[in-house]
Amino acid sequence: MSGNKIDEIKATREKWLTQRSKRKDRDINFDTVSGMPVQDIYTPEDIKGFDYLQDLGFPGEYPFTRGVQHNMYRGRLWTMRQFAGFATAEESNQRYKYLLEKGQTGLSVAFDMPTIMGYDSDHPRSLGEVGRVGVAIDSLADMETLFDGIPLDQVSTSMTTNAPASILWCMYIATGEKQGVPSEKLTGTIQNDILKEYIAQKSWIFPPEPSMRLITNIFEYAARHVPKWNTVSISGYHIREAGSTAVQELAFTLADGFAYVEAGIAAGLDVDDFAPRLSFFFNSHIDFFEEIAKYRAARRIWARRMKEKYGAKNPKSWLLRFHTQTAGCSLTAQQPENNIIRTAYEALAAVLGGTQSLHTNSMDEVLALPTEKSVQIALRTQQIIAYETGVANVIDPLAGSYFVEALTNKMEEEAEKYFAEIERRGGVLAAIDQNFFQQEIADAAYQYQRAIDKKQRIQVGVNEFINPDEQMDIEILTIDPAIERKQVEKVQKLRRDRDNIRVQETLEALRKAAEGTENMIPYILECVRAYATEGEIVQTMREVFGEYKEKPTF
Amino acid sequence: MARKIRVLVAKPGLDGHDRGARVIARALRDAGMEVVYTGLHQTPEQIVEAAIQEDVDVVGLSILSGAHMTLFPRVCELLKENDAGDIVVIGGGTIPEADVKTLKEGGWAAQLFTPGTTIETIVDWINANVKVN
Repeated sequence: MSGNKIDEIKATREKWLTQRSKRKDRDINFDTVSGMPVQDIYTPEDIKGFDYLQDLGFPGEYPFTRGVQHNMYRGRLWTMRQFAGFATAEESNQRYKYLLEKGQTGLSVAFDMPTIMGYDSDHPRSLGEVGRVGVAIDSLADMETLFDGIPLDQVSTSMTTNAPASILWCMYIATGEKQGVPSEKLTGTIQNDILKEYIAQKSWIFPPEPSMRLITNIFEYAARHVPKWNTVSISGYHIREAGSTAVQELAFTLADGFAYVEAGIAAGLDVDDFAPRLSFFFNSHIDFFEEIAKYRAARRIWARRMKEKYGAKNPKSWLLRFHTQTAGCSLTAQQPENNIIRTAYEALAAVLGGTQSLHTNSMDEVLALPTEKSVQIALRTQQIIAYETGVANVIDPLAGSYFVEALTNKMEEEAEKYFAEIERRGGVLAAIDQNFFQQEIADAAYQYQRAIDKKQRIQVGVNEFINPDEQMDIEILTIDPAIERKQVEKVQKLRRDRDNIRVQETLEALRKAAEGTENMIPYILECVRAYATEGEIVQTMREVFGEYKEKPTF
Repeated sequence: MARKIRVLVAKPGLDGHDRGARVIARALRDAGMEVVYTGLHQTPEQIVEAAIQEDVDVVGLSILSGAHMTLFPRVCELLKENDAGDIVVIGGGTIPEADVKTLKEGGWAAQLFTPGTTIETIVDWINANVKVN
């Protein structure tokens, strides 16, 4: 836009302001849910210097602000992927078959806490936690049951595993072998993002350095043997759930991504050999436009860095592909049915922001694991967006909105400030060690809670529009405590029945590999094939690598 | 002047959901209490040991992993075994209503605060129910 035109708009705006300033605004906080101030109106003045081709371009083309595919949802809708898993492998296998029957297009495995932390179901630390928040997997035998009757060359599977990702991934590869599916044909994702564990989700086992080695080992192994696998899902989701702002989620997640790229390059890999398999995972919180701007900014920042800073030449290395989950932390235990509405808006923001796959939370997830009925409503929410609202027909339909473009630019600027700060602190690992991310997030979470408590921010049903005599009358999924005993017996029987000499040999070989510098994946795969348990494999590595210890602060 | 109420904010279980625990710890400190935070992944034994060592009046357990029916009774039993049964045990997290009732009636928790509780409610409850001398 020409300078003259901008001046004219400015003059007109000033005239408008004399009228506008006579109007009294409601006495509330107009900031975004992240506390970012927004103006009452945006005009061409707010995107001065906007250059369509340079800032947006076309979908499927650099810098991908408008989306990563040329035809976006006209080609293929996002993958509707509901995260599920509970109790034992048998029960979860039934739930997966139910979801696939209902039209879900990909699987997403939730593991229980002992599995996530690398303990077998009969370990004393597992007491009371087996099968509670996900499925209990102790060995290849459980993984075989989990995917019984589900051909692994016909589904893509996402597995939410981080510290022990290498082991569970090997179990999946070995399950494929048993089904006659070669690893080259497997598609899916392991979360495998250990940096955000130290930062936010806090499910760590080993210290950062050996953890980063395991990750680069996976990059290398996948490039050769599992080429269609997404080797890491660099996650902002948990950073946001821990209480961060949208900008912090964006900046810390991308900073983690840069750290993985740098680690891969430092391990001697060519950036274009592993970068196309990196994927991302973002939150979709309740502040509609802020979320959309976040996704658009994320794609643009990633593309520019990958091309300009890391010298990636393959356009696939420039693409930021991402999964989205609606914000668990935005849901309320009060009037839980309202969560259906919140989730629908959040899902819509993710779609307008160009997500590649989506999990919509169920209304009862703030209370317990979801029931089948509430999961169906959550999936139907996505299907209504996809097939009824028409929003998937036009690519990046909010582009050119003065507000959305200005907010996208603002997100990018604010993220750049964080990148500079992280660099000044010596990089992501150093900043973790300095408690930088953890403290930034804790501060944001505290401010948010204070704002809710002081009613500076309204949460419907919580601090306003309360039903005083509310009775909880929705069905809750309960996990039978007998499941823990059943799983404990199962793993103990496995230890009696397998070839224990072979187990000891494979674990010993893994120990030697861990002490050296070789790629550990082939050794882990051998342990898994011998039916060594997850806990035994983790313990072997723990003895070599040690354990991470946090510095508790608040 | 009465001494300050001492609180141990503890995070048992294997999960890493420390957002609530850390917000509460800071809020109780801002409300004038002395607060010790254990950090994550604590066993009931570690929590009870810390409670006795720090000579606290209150132990607050934050549990979002679904293991509350195991962890509250275990902490209470260990406190009693160590002659520290006078320490008030409270908690918060994702705890279904039916379990809240069972835990309170069984004497495994003096009070439980579920999602949506304001910080003020918790502070007021502690001030009203915990006597220090």
